[in-house]
Amino acid sequence: MRHLIPEFEAMKARYPEGFESSLVLPCLRRIQEDRGFVADEDIAGLCEYLGVPRGQVEEVLSYYTMLRREGVGKYHLQACRNIACSMRGAEGVIAHLCRRLGVEPGGTTADGRFTVTEVECLGSCGTAPVVMVNEAYHENMTAEKLDALVDELKAKG
Amino acid sequence: MPGRQLIMTFEVTPTSHTLAEYKARGGYETLAKALAMDPAAITKEVTASGLLGHGGAAFPVGRKWGVMKPNLGEIHYLCANADEGEPGTFKDRWILENAPHLLVESMMITSYALGVRHAFVYIRGEFDLPFRRIQGAIDEAYAAGLLGKPQAGGFTLDIVVYRGAGSYVCGEASGLITSIEGRKPYPRNRPPRLTVRGLFQKPTVINNVESLANITGIIRMGAEEFRKVGTAKSPGTQLVSISGHIAKPGVYEVEYGYPWAKFLDEDCGGMLNGAKMKCVVPGGISTKVLTRAEIEPLNLSHESVNPAGSGLGSGGMIVIAEGTCMVRLLQVLLRFYHHESCGQCTPCREGMGWMHKIIDRIVAGEGVPEDIERLYAISHANDGTTICGMGDAAGFATVGILNKFRDEFEFFIREKRSKCDGRLECLA
Repeated sequence: MRHLIPEFEAMKARYPEGFESSLVLPCLRRIQEDRGFVADEDIAGLCEYLGVPRGQVEEVLSYYTMLRREGVGKYHLQACRNIACSMRGAEGVIAHLCRRLGVEPGGTTADGRFTVTEVECLGSCGTAPVVMVNEAYHENMTAEKLDALVDELKAKG
Repeated sequence: MPGRQLIMTFEVTPTSHTLAEYKARGGYETLAKALAMDPAAITKEVTASGLLGHGGAAFPVGRKWGVMKPNLGEIHYLCANADEGEPGTFKDRWILENAPHLLVESMMITSYALGVRHAFVYIRGEFDLPFRRIQGAIDEAYAAGLLGKPQAGGFTLDIVVYRGAGSYVCGEASGLITSIEGRKPYPRNRPPRLTVRGLFQKPTVINNVESLANITGIIRMGAEEFRKVGTAKSPGTQLVSISGHIAKPGVYEVEYGYPWAKFLDEDCGGMLNGAKMKCVVPGGISTKVLTRAEIEPLNLSHESVNPAGSGLGSGGMIVIAEGTCMVRLLQVLLRFYHHESCGQCTPCREGMGWMHKIIDRIVAGEGVPEDIERLYAISHANDGTTICGMGDAAGFATVGILNKFRDEFEFFIREKRSKCDGRLECLA
């Protein structure tokens, strides 16, 4: 994470004085974006940089669902299964996606390209069902649209 | 459109969210007006407007602000709650994506009124486009010298966008500030109120995005004009996000007092696939479901919906068709609550787990007749025994469904199958 410190410094400048502790989440998000997950050495480096206890960083890492200690596939497909999405066919869409990729929810394909995760409400209920591909929302999903999406991602490599 | 509009007043185009177009619509003119006013007069105007919070609890915004004592020299903070996570709710996203400068201008006026030097937008971690839009608007405001530099009279404001990382409880105001402090979002006991001791122990106002978005309009037109929209007890409008088995899901700005059935049948195009309506979740899953018959005489205002035993909550309306299995629907809800319980309070941490196990067992055909009473008992045990409202909310949702659709639960336990084929989708 040390190469990110100049970025962290720029981030810190936007906060009021004494807000070092607040930087735990944004720094972890940035580290994960950079490495794909948060490694042991990142935790140690962040504690030293921010002057916060290791317990605090571990607490944040283990609590928030978007933070990871291990990598995921190149394309992380997060499918919402909450009420509005399920009422619009999410269960079938997720089952189709898993069959198509040959994984169980939470699993990664053998080539390391796709990870499928089931998630709770993404705040996209009016365009349900929704699947997040890395950062981007794909809305009003159907089995056909998912097939096209997977084909497109496979072609990209 | 269902009544008059205060927020969705312009045509959305690929560039309508930019500073240039916001200014062309009269943007930041109200800020200039506000900066010429006495800060206390702004709070007075907001109080007089009767604006009710749009996050779910409908707490009067002016009363929250009234607790702040901006002149005592202490540091104050403002947080816009953009952690929109109540299932069925996606209206703040509309503001963040399409009217981000309305939020920025409103936050500037609010900060001036409350003596705030640093403000935050706490946005849920999954929101990508909404984040880019609000961050983009803030960057534009910095570049234009609106933020980070003294304005007329010396008022200066910095706004930081703080991104969450996946957690429902962060939408609870005290959980939100604990998250900004860089920790897991354990809610805090009140008193002290957050307006007395909030972020890093300093007085902090946390308002929902939609509540804040109304501030610019209130100061521009004045409280008296604002109150001409809506009803006497529910002034203004509410952004309703509607989803589920409805023909035209989406975000609608509804003037308070608008007939509910007309809204569903005409504005939202009626039911999906011509289905019959079974019931509606009025304002996010934590509000009790109402049947079509119960909705018929009601209008969309707090004074009409609250006596019916529910509430408009966050405006997240979910329409459910006849033929939908309410047992499986409750299973989805309880799985969610169990997943999101932060684990701080025993009744919620354990209770959510037990309820989730019980409903899973019923759906697996292994339920026993006592399970229904157990779900009631756990719901009641959560009521008022936890620090934040999540435990109560799960109980409300559960009791609401059990009271009205008990026969489906009894059928499922007795016959070991769903009375409605276990379906959540609406048949074509």
